[in-house]
Amino acid sequence: MPEVTYLEALKEGLAEEMARDERVFILGEDVGAFGGAFKVTEGLQQRFGVDRVIDTPIAETAIVGAAAGAAHMGLRPVCEMQFIDFISCAYSILTNYVATARYRAGLSTPMVVRGPSGGFVRGGPFHSQNPEAAFLHTPGLKIVAPATARDAKGLIKAAIRDEDPVLYFEHKYLYRRIKEDLPAGEEVLTPIGQARVAREGKDLSIITWSAMLWKSLDAAERLEREDGLSVEVLDLRTLLPMDDAAIVATVKKTNRVLIVHEDTRTGGVAGEITARINELAFEWLDAPVKRVCAHDVPLPYAPTLEDFVLPQVEDVVAAARWLARY
Amino acid sequence: MAKIDVPMPQMGESIAEGTLSKWLKKVGDPVKRDEPIFEISTDKVDAEIPAPAAGVLAEILVQEGQTVAVQTIVARLETDAAAGAAAAQPSAVSPQPAAVSPKPAAVSPQPAAVSPKPAAAPAPAAAAPPPPASRPAASPAVPSVQSPASSTQEERLRTKSSPLVRKIAAEHNLDITGIPGSGLAGRVTKNDVLSFLESGPQSGVASPQHPAPSTQLSAPSTQQADGVRIVPGPVVEPWAGDKVEPWSRIRKLTADHMIMSRRVSAHVHSLIEIDYTRIAGLRARQKAAYAERGVNLTFLAFIASAIARNLRNHPVLNACVMGESTIYRRDVNLGIAVALDWGLIVPVIRHADELNLLGTARAINDVGERARTKKLSPDEVQKGTFTITNPGVFGTFVGLPILNQPQSAILAVGAIGKRPAVVQAPDGSDTIGIRTMGMLAMSFDHRIVDGSDADRFLADVRKALEEFPDDAV
Repeated sequence: MPEVTYLEALKEGLAEEMARDERVFILGEDVGAFGGAFKVTEGLQQRFGVDRVIDTPIAETAIVGAAAGAAHMGLRPVCEMQFIDFISCAYSILTNYVATARYRAGLSTPMVVRGPSGGFVRGGPFHSQNPEAAFLHTPGLKIVAPATARDAKGLIKAAIRDEDPVLYFEHKYLYRRIKEDLPAGEEVLTPIGQARVAREGKDLSIITWSAMLWKSLDAAERLEREDGLSVEVLDLRTLLPMDDAAIVATVKKTNRVLIVHEDTRTGGVAGEITARINELAFEWLDAPVKRVCAHDVPLPYAPTLEDFVLPQVEDVVAAARWLARY
Repeated sequence: MAKIDVPMPQMGESIAEGTLSKWLKKVGDPVKRDEPIFEISTDKVDAEIPAPAAGVLAEILVQEGQTVAVQTIVARLETDAAAGAAAAQPSAVSPQPAAVSPKPAAVSPQPAAVSPKPAAAPAPAAAAPPPPASRPAASPAVPSVQSPASSTQEERLRTKSSPLVRKIAAEHNLDITGIPGSGLAGRVTKNDVLSFLESGPQSGVASPQHPAPSTQLSAPSTQQADGVRIVPGPVVEPWAGDKVEPWSRIRKLTADHMIMSRRVSAHVHSLIEIDYTRIAGLRARQKAAYAERGVNLTFLAFIASAIARNLRNHPVLNACVMGESTIYRRDVNLGIAVALDWGLIVPVIRHADELNLLGTARAINDVGERARTKKLSPDEVQKGTFTITNPGVFGTFVGLPILNQPQSAILAVGAIGKRPAVVQAPDGSDTIGIRTMGMLAMSFDHRIVDGSDADRFLADVRKALEEFPDDAV
């Protein structure tokens, strides 16, 4: 079976959908001839033509606005933010216009906004952000964040086919580091709104997504080896709509929950997950819900500082040990 | 220079943690050996903790208000070289220098069940089966009061468990407070409660209130869950000029215990009148001789002696309830309620039935005096099996006390004084005489003590008092 990287899986997903449905097109900065800053769209313009892989000015609002109009008119646009940090430039049109179109005007807006998120690449504060919390609060949007190559492919395909706007936050650290066997010709579709148990366990649960899945899995292995702890790891995959059933199921199973995310702590998605656990499964808790997140600072460039600010395997292990002892 | 660790002392065998209530010294202050350096507060006792050695307070590691496990290092002393070498040794040898001989400066009680008047009747919820949350621990060896940081039964329960553990406990009618906890600071974890359910009560530390035939987790009893809620009191507002005084710790413990006791036990009261004329005579004759031996011979000593002796023949009054079983105590440990300016305390006289009158009188004098001067050790307010309270000293005819949980009975002594009474002349005729009379009132838990048990016991106590043998004095 062919070994496919996370980035290649994403590209395959885009290409398959473009081949399957001619309404699908890509627009973004340098996505065409250059193939994208990270080469996610490399070769697609040659294959599908300049009308379906469109280079745009450096104007995120224009990219999203054009896509919204095209979506209303029946096309299926996929916008690329060169770095997901710049999605904030399109914040107004995404939250005020795109997210509300169906509610205000009965307009369907089947579009995807995707881009590289996350740190661990010495990218500094403008090239390492995880913006999911800023959009989690906006009804009308969907948010997905794949951790595996299979889900990178499965979620981009599902996002393109969805009738509503989907924010697709891929992780740049995983682009070439994650490799998986993905059988060619198999239709890989990851349903939006469904989490996945990445590792079964019974002593405590780690709820996480994106790059933190791999840190959490490393931590789970260490905890099993050094502490004899059986740690379950739940990969949320979709943040909005959140898979409450999967969260409650893992709480009921292990009764102790650690939430691990790469975004900063205050106002982060872990707070929302904690609140849902309180509302839905309070009586199944044997310990307080604990979180491991980035410190509340803009991400530093300096490697030592970046390593300090972002959650590491060691942080997950320490928090899990505390939780297991509680 | 040498540094000496000062740990949180173990203030009694069942106490796992303590709250550092106040620092008496600042960092940099010189301290003498045995000079109090901080105050702690545990469930059983408030105490000043003396310095294990002379030196300078170098570090404070636990702040006021923090609750830490026993043996946690709370401070470090810097001793000078000479004093250090000598003083550091015991601390190095023994991990608990301060704990070896704690000198409690103040003693807060195991909440005592002493009330000249019955407390206000509990709200209707008392009619429902008492919730597990408010049941007393089955054994005083594992007191229901474990976390000193919190002061109500509900709070203690919360800090010692988790939502899941409380849910499982409610479904199985378990008293969590009696289950040994393996979590942080002695928390009862899911695994603790599940293994407890699996293995059943170990050495009588706790037991299901109603042994559940199956241990299914998914059959919650809403009735039980509802029953856990504490009945709220009326909303009260102070009026202009009123003084509002927040409850002290001892007040809170007492209030909590009284309500809990009222809800847990089926209180019944029996009163019996005693003719103390003979004892008054014995006492008058022997008082001076006792005083020479440093003992004040009181009526209470006679009463305590008569009760201690008779409890062995009436074991159900020297007992307590554990789930659906009765524990008959082997030892007779008499609690003697002592009223203090700042509340109530019930020091316990261990093996009271083995003391003669002199020993009983001396023990009562001793614990009373030490309660008033805050010199009781925590172990001396634990493991009572029967309690005597003496509101009569204030002239009260008699009072009806609330049970001191988990004991099955408590006796109140009414005022003793001269009253006209019908007496039988040697020729069999009746006449009115001046007799020294007084009431005894006993409250007992009708769950295990029937009226006939209580009344037979009181009759025997009366006989023992009215026919107190000369040679026993």
